[in-house]
Amino acid sequence: MKIIKAEEVTFEYIRRDEDGNVEGINRAVDKVSLDVKEGDFICVLGSNGSGKSTFAKHLNSILLPTEGTVWIDGMDSKDEDKLLQIRQTAGMVFQNPDNQIIGQVVDEDVAFGPENMGVPTEQIKERVEESLKTVGMYDFRKKSPNHLSGGQKQRVSIAGVLAMHPKCIVLDEPTAMLDPLGRKEVIRALRALNEVEGITIILITHYMEETVYADRIFVMNKGKIVMDGSPREIFKRVEELEEYKLEVPKITLLAHELRKRGLRIPDCVLTVKELTDALKKC
Amino acid sequence: MPIIADHLTFVYGAKTPLQTTAVDDISVKIEDGQFIGLIGHTGSGKTTFLQLLSGLIKPSSGTVYINGEDIYAKDFDLHSIRGKVGIVFQYPEHQLFEETVFKDVCFGPKNMGLDQKETELKAYEALKLVGLEDEVFYQSPFDLSGGQKRRVAIAGVLSMKPQVLILDEPTAGLDPAGRKEILGLIEKLCRENKMTIILVSHSMDDVAEYVDRILVINNGKLAIDATPKEVFKHREELEEFGLSLPQVTKAMISIKESGIPVKTDAITVDEAIEEIMRVLY
Repeated sequence: MKIIKAEEVTFEYIRRDEDGNVEGINRAVDKVSLDVKEGDFICVLGSNGSGKSTFAKHLNSILLPTEGTVWIDGMDSKDEDKLLQIRQTAGMVFQNPDNQIIGQVVDEDVAFGPENMGVPTEQIKERVEESLKTVGMYDFRKKSPNHLSGGQKQRVSIAGVLAMHPKCIVLDEPTAMLDPLGRKEVIRALRALNEVEGITIILITHYMEETVYADRIFVMNKGKIVMDGSPREIFKRVEELEEYKLEVPKITLLAHELRKRGLRIPDCVLTVKELTDALKKC
Repeated sequence: MPIIADHLTFVYGAKTPLQTTAVDDISVKIEDGQFIGLIGHTGSGKTTFLQLLSGLIKPSSGTVYINGEDIYAKDFDLHSIRGKVGIVFQYPEHQLFEETVFKDVCFGPKNMGLDQKETELKAYEALKLVGLEDEVFYQSPFDLSGGQKRRVAIAGVLSMKPQVLILDEPTAGLDPAGRKEILGLIEKLCRENKMTIILVSHSMDDVAEYVDRILVINNGKLAIDATPKEVFKHREELEEFGLSLPQVTKAMISIKESGIPVKTDAITVDEAIEEIMRVLY
């Protein structure tokens, strides 16, 4: 079963002058076709302005394609009758945690989603507790979100999405504003959601090292998907990535350089452990 | 124009139940032309410290000397340091507002009371300094890419000709090429234009690669003040502070633990290559 399927999706931002005449058209997403298997951990890479965020907003009908179609768990994103169901299936988390937390107390904030869906009260309580436990924020349930760190706030945002029992979570640079510990906490929470709960994760990021555990990486450039493969396949193509204003993880770069200098290290090492194991055999 | 923080302390909500000491008795001297990295977890007091250094908020106790003058003394004209200490806030592109790039960069010098000719000259110099081409000068700043917008915002501060430039996470949200672009620019401002730089960053890899000296802030206190190489030897302490090590340093530690006798003080890829080759080749 494909949880997400996009067929020839194009999206154009149209700029108009004061009289409403078209001034310019900016094609942010250009004929993107892809599908995502349920339960996969997907990363989307691409430079600023490559169309990642615009595309991500198609995955729960925040934006509708100018041309082409997006199916979310078999539902057409343009189908207005299914809008609520689509938003429940694919939840979204944005970059700045301060813009998406509204409750005065952590558990109230997490309850906002299921409350709006009309979930019965006793079930809401259950869902909130369960979601907060999953992201490791249960002990903070009675705290004010103002007193949390960035990583903690971002995990509360994720819990808020989780409480709606989504099949898929789309995250648009959730770690860009976080300190090292906060980033680690968020990535750990996402990996657990994916591995334990089987939730499909679609993570947009500029940090290459966050992508090494992904099942599949898409690279976008100028609105198009230009690379598609496992981290090992993607990070082998060092020069091509640079052309798209990206880079390989530091560890991969180190291994690559050592290999060039004659050490017998396999092609495309991704983690510290792989590098250590390879060096032991040298 | 050295900056000295002398027992600098700042308390939020003094004499209320929410009283918090955000900056706690920090004393430090920053010499001319140094490239300083300021690290600490969210809420450690970095931003408050920067605001104190640049004369934006008054300390609860202690003071700051810029060029030997106490900037919080009663008769000191704070306005006189605005042009000397420039601050680039987080996501500075949110502060762009004019119709064209050039007009936006003119805003600072114009406010300083310079005449039109001088204002435009300063704006032009600043835009050249950040490496923007003439053809973007008359575009709307909102039509530029993320990295370019950020350059315009930095040019807006540079047009006032500061001697000290403080940047609060200038690379957040940029792609790898954009990050390199901005960090390269900051390095140039320090090395070639001899500006003093204070860079706040959450990326250990970036501070390891670029700065001369790191100040680690934790719970409002100056916890460590040393060169990057020294600072990243404090592994346990940094983890306790919610920070971490550069990725290559982590790799070196793991390699050593596996029984290969490498030194673990490498903080950049080049240093790591050299050390591994020394031992294994």
